[in-house]
Amino acid sequence: MADFSGLLSLVIFLPAIGALVLLALPSADAIRWTALATTAVTFVLSIGLWLGFDAGVSTALQPQLATRLPWFGPAIDISYYVGVDGLNLLLLLLTTLLGPIVVLSSWTYIGKAHKGYYALLLLLETGVLGVFASFDVFLFYIFFELTLIPMVFIIGIWGGEDRIYAAIKFVIYTLVGSLLMLVGVLWLGFAAGDAVNGGVFTTDWYKLVQFGVPLGAQWGLFAVFGLAFMIKVPLFPLHTWLPDAHTQAPTGGSVVLAGVLLKMGTYGLLRFVVPFFPNASAAAAPWIGVLAVVGIVYGALVAFAQTDMKKLVAYSSVSHLGFVVLGLFAFDQVAVQGSLIQMVNHGISTGALFLIIGMLVERRHTRAMADYGGIAKSVPVLTFFMLFSVFASAGLPGLNGFVGEFMILIGSWRSATVGNPILVAVATTGVIFAAVYLLWMVYRTFYGEITDPENATMTDLNGREIGLLLPLVALMILMGFWPTPFLQRSERAVRSLIETSELKAAAVESAGPGEVVVVPVAWPADVATAPAPAPQP
Amino acid sequence: MQLLVQLILLPPLLVAAFNGMMGLFAPGYRKQEWVLGGLALAAVAVPFAVTASLFFGFVEPEVVRYFTWLEAGSLRVDFAYRIDQLSLLMTMIVTGVGSLIHLYSIGYMKGDPGFWRFFAYLNLFIFAMLNLVLAESLPVLFLGWEGVGLCSYLLIGFWYTDLKNSAAANKAFIVNRIGDFAFLLAMFIVFDTVTSAPGFAGTFALDFQTLLAPETLALFTGGTGFAVCLLLFIGATGKSAQIPLFVWLPDAMAGPTPVSALIHAATMVTSGLYLLARLSPLVLLSPDAMALIAIVGAVTAIMAATVAITQNDIKKVLAYSTVSQLGYMFLAAGVGAFFVAIFHVMTHAFFKACLFLGSGSVIHSMHDVEHKLEHKGLIPSHHGPGSHDTPLDSEATNDPFAEQHTERVRGHAILPYDGPFDAQDMRTMGGLKRYMPSTRWTFLIATLAIAGIPGLSGFFSKDEILFKAFEYGYDGHLLGYIVWFIGIVTALLTAIYMTRAYLLTFEGEPRWPDALDTHPHESPWTMTVPLWVLAALSVVAGFLGLPPVIAEAMGTESWIHHWLGTEFGGPVAELAHEVVPSHGVEWGLLALGAGIAIAGVVIAWFGFRFGARGPEADRSLRKTMGVLYRPASRKWLWDEAYDAAVVKPVVEGSRRGLAPFDKKGIDGTVMGFAGGIRQLAGRLRGVQTGVVQTYALGIVVGVVAVVALVLFL
Repeated sequence: MADFSGLLSLVIFLPAIGALVLLALPSADAIRWTALATTAVTFVLSIGLWLGFDAGVSTALQPQLATRLPWFGPAIDISYYVGVDGLNLLLLLLTTLLGPIVVLSSWTYIGKAHKGYYALLLLLETGVLGVFASFDVFLFYIFFELTLIPMVFIIGIWGGEDRIYAAIKFVIYTLVGSLLMLVGVLWLGFAAGDAVNGGVFTTDWYKLVQFGVPLGAQWGLFAVFGLAFMIKVPLFPLHTWLPDAHTQAPTGGSVVLAGVLLKMGTYGLLRFVVPFFPNASAAAAPWIGVLAVVGIVYGALVAFAQTDMKKLVAYSSVSHLGFVVLGLFAFDQVAVQGSLIQMVNHGISTGALFLIIGMLVERRHTRAMADYGGIAKSVPVLTFFMLFSVFASAGLPGLNGFVGEFMILIGSWRSATVGNPILVAVATTGVIFAAVYLLWMVYRTFYGEITDPENATMTDLNGREIGLLLPLVALMILMGFWPTPFLQRSERAVRSLIETSELKAAAVESAGPGEVVVVPVAWPADVATAPAPAPQP
Repeated sequence: MQLLVQLILLPPLLVAAFNGMMGLFAPGYRKQEWVLGGLALAAVAVPFAVTASLFFGFVEPEVVRYFTWLEAGSLRVDFAYRIDQLSLLMTMIVTGVGSLIHLYSIGYMKGDPGFWRFFAYLNLFIFAMLNLVLAESLPVLFLGWEGVGLCSYLLIGFWYTDLKNSAAANKAFIVNRIGDFAFLLAMFIVFDTVTSAPGFAGTFALDFQTLLAPETLALFTGGTGFAVCLLLFIGATGKSAQIPLFVWLPDAMAGPTPVSALIHAATMVTSGLYLLARLSPLVLLSPDAMALIAIVGAVTAIMAATVAITQNDIKKVLAYSTVSQLGYMFLAAGVGAFFVAIFHVMTHAFFKACLFLGSGSVIHSMHDVEHKLEHKGLIPSHHGPGSHDTPLDSEATNDPFAEQHTERVRGHAILPYDGPFDAQDMRTMGGLKRYMPSTRWTFLIATLAIAGIPGLSGFFSKDEILFKAFEYGYDGHLLGYIVWFIGIVTALLTAIYMTRAYLLTFEGEPRWPDALDTHPHESPWTMTVPLWVLAALSVVAGFLGLPPVIAEAMGTESWIHHWLGTEFGGPVAELAHEVVPSHGVEWGLLALGAGIAIAGVVIAWFGFRFGARGPEADRSLRKTMGVLYRPASRKWLWDEAYDAAVVKPVVEGSRRGLAPFDKKGIDGTVMGFAGGIRQLAGRLRGVQTGVVQTYALGIVVGVVAVVALVLFL
């Protein structure tokens, strides 16, 4: 097999290189085309990750296509360590797929300072890809922070009327969380270094996942890591930055925000919080479950009360991501895989919704539903895509949203950690509410007689707009009817992650005071080959 | 078999996609109505032919598997379909009636700008419905279940420029979703129960083969079984329009009439019954759930019948009639006679589709009258293009107590009621038999069939339901006698309201303005042929399920019982009785049923004389019904009650409660906290700096402190 090991780093940094190139370009057109070319090439290259990925041996233990370069010498075990496994493969691809789509959606939407916008957008892509690919917690942290800066400027410069307020709010919320996480990274690095790494500070994910953090420290670390990610998700009641950020961000920003930035939170919970702190996670699961379920219902009800389309979709994200969080803490194969695929699904369908709303806003310069009405008549193609995305988002079987929601709920129902079918039943009411607020939006915006003459003369989608929506719609159908290729690629990773977490939790539980717990990662019994050692320098 | 099932499932899907995409992106194609409609018709006719060949050549049940849909851990759901007696019968009905209605629609929707959309939706509906009836597992069935809900939504709101239609569409989808919510919970319990049973290994697909195996069924006794049955039944009340979730169906009449015939009468609304019949071995394990099903069915039947008798909108009469007839089917399921419920599903599909299509033919024609009158300036012109059916009658136009205070607008004719001309209002009709003979005769046949006149299909299926209820009572369950009695009363009401509808529409003198010079017309052959076929089926279909005594006397047996019943190798279980009534009692009950039906027709025809007196006869009806009339004519205030109890609190709660709470409560607290830090930092510094820097500073200071704490302690 060809050597794909450098490919991942290329995929991660290509957008950043593109951003540098942009800075030297003179015209808006050159900038747009370069940005498009960069993101498109990145996407094409990332398909190589899919092809080079072997679903048969993937566990959370073994990152594939990995690169590990030490960074600070022997005294500090921090390395540039990136790889692909069943947990991040789909999210990496989602990120690269949204790249060119976001560039295309900004084509005419962004009217000023093209250079800065596209450069930041590309930088953002590198940041997000780095977050998903990191197998070193410190490296993860750096990428995590790297995503913050471009997003703030995208909101603050190209956003709507209250952009400064929204940008600042976004910064504060996220910084509070991520700085807490920095504390956690240092704490965990020293603790693990002392226990399992010969006294050398380490942030190697590989080593950390085998280390059983003592109970007391687990709770503290769970709190700081958990808080950082739960703000990012965002989990009720930490969500109030989201509606403002979404509403004020330009279309491209909203799409990236909803599509992938929020997933950094849920991904963090899955990659770090659950396997690093399994005892605390399991013990907190009922409470996290309550917050998630409150978020599902609450987000839906508040969404229903909105008059601004983008705000409505923003609150729907609060609701939908509640499902994901619920599934993550279920410690159940079906539920966790459901959560994982739901992260991707949400990126696709909510991304599509923001894209379409952006197209409306570009035509009419308003987000208020009251300014529309009856436009199904003037923009039938746009309406078609809207209905499609709405029903995908509402979890209609046959489209992608259902797959994730169904698996999360059916898995959480029997989950020992969530431990309460009533809670899951309440979560399930989310499928009713989703229909309520989404159809209400369609009703107000698309149906009825056209009352405003401006709506009657609106132009329907052009080729570029159709082209950027088509792949998303195709994915909605594909992942709705045949999610198997996607599910298969996360199957073993999730299994090994859950098993490892459970084994470790039991070991920590039974460990005496001061005893160091190290649990080798659970390896699926049906894989004959022994795990290859992690690439070492 | 693999190929044959593909030939059933794929044509409607592919043609829906083709017509939809072509119509959307190639506007020129929209005008090719015969190509478009012909393709759509073929996409249903081909599956019908294939199904027919499987049906007549049926040997034994078979499961066909395609690719995997959901797979994770112990869950593994394939796209698998079951070909057995029950699914074949349902598929025959769906594709058979579906083909006729597609043909009819080519005539009915002629010239509508949304012609292409209509047929794309209709084909998509057929695909979803076929998934529903052919599915081998609950999730795949659910795919069809929600799919038909989607198509129902799209078709009810088909003429979306009228917001009332869109509102009805939303209501239908959301109310159905409430039922679907229960369906989902039932699946969760089933999955949990089976996969956590001792000795379980491997994967579970929530498939019928595993679920209905004796060793699995043993897990579903007692509370678990009751919970599952109850939840599935709630799901069924949504789709099949029973109390408490029936409220969407009358509003669903906002859709084009062929849609009402196909989706909201013949096929989709019977899927709840199909679900119960499919799971009949499971349902039989929960006597409590069955009792509830019987009670809900009976109460729904009589409640809807009393509403139907007071309605003036012809489609509303049929809508409530459908709710009522579905109630009969649930009654049958509740007393353990699932195969009889399916029998009534079939006969009802024929006569109710015939009635709806007949009403469509009438409405089509009355619209023509309306346009002529508008043209003559006799009624004000208010119609935009592209809408055949008028929106639902408002409360005022349907309220018989409303004073008639139409003032004669200069030059405009006076209508027999308050409000604008309404092509669906039977009070403007009358005497149509002169102009529309085919429509009239088929409507009359179907009316007599649903009324239960001996020899016609409705007589056999309805009387079998009542007999089964009676038999249940005879076997020592008081409930059986109670629902039987309710059923008998409902049968009388059915005969009355259907005869009333027929008489008001077709008999007597024309009541629309300028009736001497403005004539309606008979519909084209595309519309009358389906009417005649369905009328013929309404006559003969009953012989497929002869009552035991008659069958015995004729030396034959009930075909449908043999085809479906488990004791003959079919999939539909039934409740066995220890004590059964004698033949004499059976004959007596048959005679009673026949007498009730005839009495109903006679009461409406010669008692109230709806034909001769027209809407005037409603005054006598009102007197007869006494205090019941007013609430019945207002649909027993279900909508108002739900509005007050559910809709208003949720809407107001989220608008006035939660949304402000989110802004002021949660966001306010967080921002207040942040503000507090800022003030604190500002005070510490003694300088009011800019916002960002101060925040950042405060946070950095805090973090450094915490880090220092961790590192040095």
